[in-house]
Amino acid sequence: MRMNIICNGKEMAVVEGTTLEELILELQLNPATVVAECDGRIVLRDEYSQVTLSQGAVLELIRFVGGG
Amino acid sequence: MTVYSLVRELKPDADVFIVNGFPVSGETELAEEDSCWLIRRGEMPAAEEMERLLYARHTPGVHDRIKKSSVGIMGLGGLGSMVAFALARIGVGHLLLVDFDVVDPSNLNRQNYFVDQVGMRKTAALRANLNRVNPYLQIETIDTVLTEQSISTIFAKVDVLAECFDSAEMKAAALRCALTVLKGKPFVGASGVAGFGDNNLILTSKIRTGVYLVGDRETAARPGEGLMAPRVGIAAHHQANQILRLLLNVA
Repeated sequence: MRMNIICNGKEMAVVEGTTLEELILELQLNPATVVAECDGRIVLRDEYSQVTLSQGAVLELIRFVGGG
Repeated sequence: MTVYSLVRELKPDADVFIVNGFPVSGETELAEEDSCWLIRRGEMPAAEEMERLLYARHTPGVHDRIKKSSVGIMGLGGLGSMVAFALARIGVGHLLLVDFDVVDPSNLNRQNYFVDQVGMRKTAALRANLNRVNPYLQIETIDTVLTEQSISTIFAKVDVLAECFDSAEMKAAALRCALTVLKGKPFVGASGVAGFGDNNLILTSKIRTGVYLVGDRETAARPGEGLMAPRVGIAAHHQANQILRLLLNVA
């Protein structure tokens, strides 16, 4: 079963039960370089694999690249 | 009364004249309430003199705020060393500089260090360099590897946080920290500063109240697309100006 979430303002279909960590990997990003806000709450890094996305979840992912 | 007549009276060997913050010629007529500074080229300014010059340049209201401000800089590489220079030049009163690394020859293509500082701790080298810009600032340095946990304690008291890390992981960690434990503290980070892409793709974006990210957000440092002084410098100065705007409450 698939469900819809909103990621960075865009609607997206994901498999039910997908965790935040899995979604970030599916987007081909490295979870360690992403700051995630789920339904208005900043998710701590060690919670990424525990947060299961629910239908209609509103996600904001801020990705970082190296160099400075 | 002209500037020259004042010079003859007060400081005959002066050869640079600053009136109301701007250099002027000796023929300039002075008006009531003008603020005038007479300088002898090559003469080392005393603390008070340096201070007054900054006051005159920045206008007193602005300089008072800058002088009382404190900024914490995480990472003293291409971004951090340049942000620190810009803030020291305008006289930001307190700087907290944190890095674990030593100056490496490969840093010199963009970082504000010198070849005779190779092997020195970046904290010590940057402190020495900033002291040559303005010896009257309060500079605190900590030589440590920052972590997501230690950022929140080490930088708890600064007015504004500058995230100048090289590593993408630490950039994310710093922002997460600013949005959780240090929530409410103004933050200016950077991401996407490598290579020699278009100047104008470097943007300052407000992502939350008081939280800004600078850069093109895409160009990672990688083989074939290294970090170079011009573009890293553009981003660093975006950061420094955004920090100044936050300190002056105009952001």
